[in-house]
Amino acid sequence: MTRVPCLALLRLILATAVLIALWQLMVFLGAPRYMLPSPLSVLHTLVAQAVLLWHHALVTLGEIVAGFLCGTLLGTVTALTLSRWAFLRSTVLPLLLLTQAIPVFAIAPLLVLWFGYGPGSKIVMATLIIYFPVASTCYDGLRQTQPGWLDLATTMGGSANRQLFYIRLPAALPSLASGLRMAATAAPIGAIIGEWVGSSAGLGYLMLQANGRMQTDLMFAALIVLLIITITLYFTVDRLCRLAMPWQPDRAGRHALINGERA
Amino acid sequence: MRPSDSLSDSLVPDGFRVLDARLAFGTRVLFDDVSLSLPASSWSCLLGKSGCGKSSLLRMMAGLDVSSDARLTLMDTSHRPFDKRIAWMGQQDLLLPWRRVIDNVQLGAVMRGERHDTDRAMALLERVGLGQAARRYPQTLSGGERARVALARTLFEQAPLVLMDEPFAALDAMTRLDIHAQACELLSDRIVLMVTHDPLEALRLSDQLLVMRDSPARIERVLPPEGAPPRDPAGASISHHHGQLLKALTEQDA
Repeated sequence: MTRVPCLALLRLILATAVLIALWQLMVFLGAPRYMLPSPLSVLHTLVAQAVLLWHHALVTLGEIVAGFLCGTLLGTVTALTLSRWAFLRSTVLPLLLLTQAIPVFAIAPLLVLWFGYGPGSKIVMATLIIYFPVASTCYDGLRQTQPGWLDLATTMGGSANRQLFYIRLPAALPSLASGLRMAATAAPIGAIIGEWVGSSAGLGYLMLQANGRMQTDLMFAALIVLLIITITLYFTVDRLCRLAMPWQPDRAGRHALINGERA
Repeated sequence: MRPSDSLSDSLVPDGFRVLDARLAFGTRVLFDDVSLSLPASSWSCLLGKSGCGKSSLLRMMAGLDVSSDARLTLMDTSHRPFDKRIAWMGQQDLLLPWRRVIDNVQLGAVMRGERHDTDRAMALLERVGLGQAARRYPQTLSGGERARVALARTLFEQAPLVLMDEPFAALDAMTRLDIHAQACELLSDRIVLMVTHDPLEALRLSDQLLVMRDSPARIERVLPPEGAPPRDPAGASISHHHGQLLKALTEQDA
């Protein structure tokens, strides 16, 4: 229950500082500039190219957020449908699994062909990548309702729909939340892969361009912007999930990323 | 002592009867042609070895799934139609962690799609002495407090028949004694059937003691101690009956 965000933050900063020091050391030891630019030159590029980075970051951010929302919505609806109508399980569930057997990366060129070079194909990509984790964690949560609660609801005369929305769905929220946290880190992958395959804007596009021109410092700068987007998305989702579950005790586990093993 | 929240007269039955109850899993028959009667305003305790089917019998009365080969007739002794309104207390308090205490008490209204009756729920919470905890979440309460919220939720149902499956088993001995006295008072106008593993609990609360034994099981009535429940657990009559009841429970199956 102890909350020491300052200490946790301090540790994060310390770890980052050590990492940057190691990076600088590599540069000192003679890593060629076109392979590993120094942290300072990356920082310089970040500032000098801020407008360019900002422009492309907004595109990617839009794709990520749209994909995250679509995937979450679709995944949750799928889980609810599957747990409400038993007969769908035997037909839809194997199909779902089958779609997971196809790597999303493999169909990225197809998606670009179908949905174009614009943000559409990237949103579909991000949606597809998070759809299954969200659907399966939510469905697992819906299945694992404490049977006693359902017994009680049955004796109270609760219909199947009411039991689903008032008992099973709230009971599944913690599972759904862990699925959403996973999705928050996976959605950017979908957007970037989509941009690599074919696009005219976005951080993935920028990185590909910079790579072609040996502008390694710009690649690193784009990477750092992507990192900030992903981390911000993760903590926003984490925060929202906790706000949606005010009854959950303020456990350390929620900050597993920062607090490490100190539970 | 009549609770302020007593049942309206039309709802109070003279008693209930269970007729011709049968439960089998495949070829294994747990009981067949079992019947029992629950008199008006009485508290009955059902004891028996684990696995004898007493919890299943209770679940069947509550209309919960047990087995495909299960049947039972539950009727009002005055032969009025029984509208299936029972209140259920399971092995845990079954409070929903995401609903505040007051909303847990009103869960039945939500489940049936009725209008919330916060005033009545609040009055019930006051009766179990938890009015000030209405806005709290269940996990901030102690085990005894949670049991009392579960009791308020049971009363909210306004059902003539209350079925309990070892509802107080998880509580410590002292808390249990308290909740017994409170349950006895609050449920005085209901017909209660409680499954329990604790002979002392049964002797303290029962107007009617039922022991389930043999295979296939039958139900045997054992005379409860004199005096009105809740009886003093240290009383001489309880310790006398305790020995007899233990003997009835542990006797070799015929």
